[in-house]
Amino acid sequence: MINTITILGGRSRSGVPEAVERIDLKMGDVVSIVGPTGSGKTTLINDLELFADANTQTGRRVLINDERPPLEYRDNPAMNPIALITQHTTFLSDLPVVDFLTAHAGIRAVKKTQIDEMIQKTLDFANQLTGEPIVLTSRMTELSGGQTRALLIADATIICNTPIVLLDEVENAGINRTRAMELLREYRKVFIFVTHDPRIALLSDYRIVMQGGSITKVLYTNEEERIFSHKVSKLDDLLSAMRDKIRFGERLTTHELEGLA
Amino acid sequence: MKLAICAGPATTGKTSVLRHMIRKLQDAGDQVAFLKIDVQFAEEDEIFAREFGIPTRKVYSGELCPDHCNVMVLGDALQWAERSGANILLVETAGLCLRCSPYVDGGLGMIVVEATSGTNLPFKIGPMLSLADVAVVTKIDRVSQAEREVFRSRIQDVAPNVKVREVNALYGIGIDPLVDAIHNQADTWDKMLLRGNPPVGTCTICVGKKEIGWQAHFGVVRSLENQNFYRGE
Repeated sequence: MINTITILGGRSRSGVPEAVERIDLKMGDVVSIVGPTGSGKTTLINDLELFADANTQTGRRVLINDERPPLEYRDNPAMNPIALITQHTTFLSDLPVVDFLTAHAGIRAVKKTQIDEMIQKTLDFANQLTGEPIVLTSRMTELSGGQTRALLIADATIICNTPIVLLDEVENAGINRTRAMELLREYRKVFIFVTHDPRIALLSDYRIVMQGGSITKVLYTNEEERIFSHKVSKLDDLLSAMRDKIRFGERLTTHELEGLA
Repeated sequence: MKLAICAGPATTGKTSVLRHMIRKLQDAGDQVAFLKIDVQFAEEDEIFAREFGIPTRKVYSGELCPDHCNVMVLGDALQWAERSGANILLVETAGLCLRCSPYVDGGLGMIVVEATSGTNLPFKIGPMLSLADVAVVTKIDRVSQAEREVFRSRIQDVAPNVKVREVNALYGIGIDPLVDAIHNQADTWDKMLLRGNPPVGTCTICVGKKEIGWQAHFGVVRSLENQNFYRGE
């Protein structure tokens, strides 16, 4: 069983050793990766996917439970550690939701009797993230953007057995992010958000800061940020309420921000 | 000289995968030559020559099947690569009819397929998949984790000995093991053989007999009731 995935620092593009020598990702951690375009977020993900052993461009090494993972991890695609959800990820299938989830759960379940339970859990999880509940008999292609995103996350969290779920810039996906982050904490996985959303960053346990190809620091969310995060969430909710008003052709007034005080 | 032959349906990302591989091979100090085989149009040779300053060529198979063309020209191509000072020859080919495969014993066989082409694709492409050494799956960020896992397990059902590598060819994620596979590949031999058996020796349709129905043909014939899954062996 995987308890920790460790990243041992390598060197930047200019050959300077990485400022952060070691990061331990523990199951249950919710982590953000932040940094401007070109700062090396993608190469960090590459290192995790490949269980790098000083054999990639960055010279980083990845350990599992403090040891070098067996070669099988790199060679067996079923051991791929990352379930990936990006802004472009979608379902291709046009099966009814229940058939689709049954097919996926069928690969994962140890016993047939587990399948129904897995599907129910996945549906409950997804329906807590989206305003419009998903019905098991609707077709995958009929789901809205928010429903699709919610189901992608629920499926990757509950049915997949990858130790890491990576959510790459999914902030504008029309899902309840605060609820998502509460729910994710109930699962023994590492959740990594590639993000620049202050709400998600402050609700994370820590954020990995990247610049020029290296990890420059790891910022743990401190007490001040933790308290402040409620205000950030509030502001974010107000903004999204304003977005809805615009969407439905209403006018905005200065009262919109009154809830913030 | 080391040889890798890369096949796969059109627009799956063969060129993107090869681009990342060439960059990483060059970083490792290798001299790469590139040959593109296509039916009637290709510009990858010009693009790679411009981007990497490597010797490149293309050949149009025209009325020949591209895999047939590959058998014809590969010997010359290896000599050309040798003369050009290369130690690795990458061949990109559009294997089109799905009955044979372009791979040879003595070279690495790679197929590039995209996760977005539907979970039944592994069942449809025959020896191009089952005779490869490595199946490279692209566009993994586009499909749900569920479909990615079904696609992967179907490749392994059809081709249990083929190594599956999932890559993001846009950003070059997952490419390093492909570079390692070329480095670990033995050098080519003088007398190389096509891997697997070609499908049919002579074909009555190819020589111009247009009558419909197997009764009008000879050689290898097939009735509606005679179905088997073709694996090229």
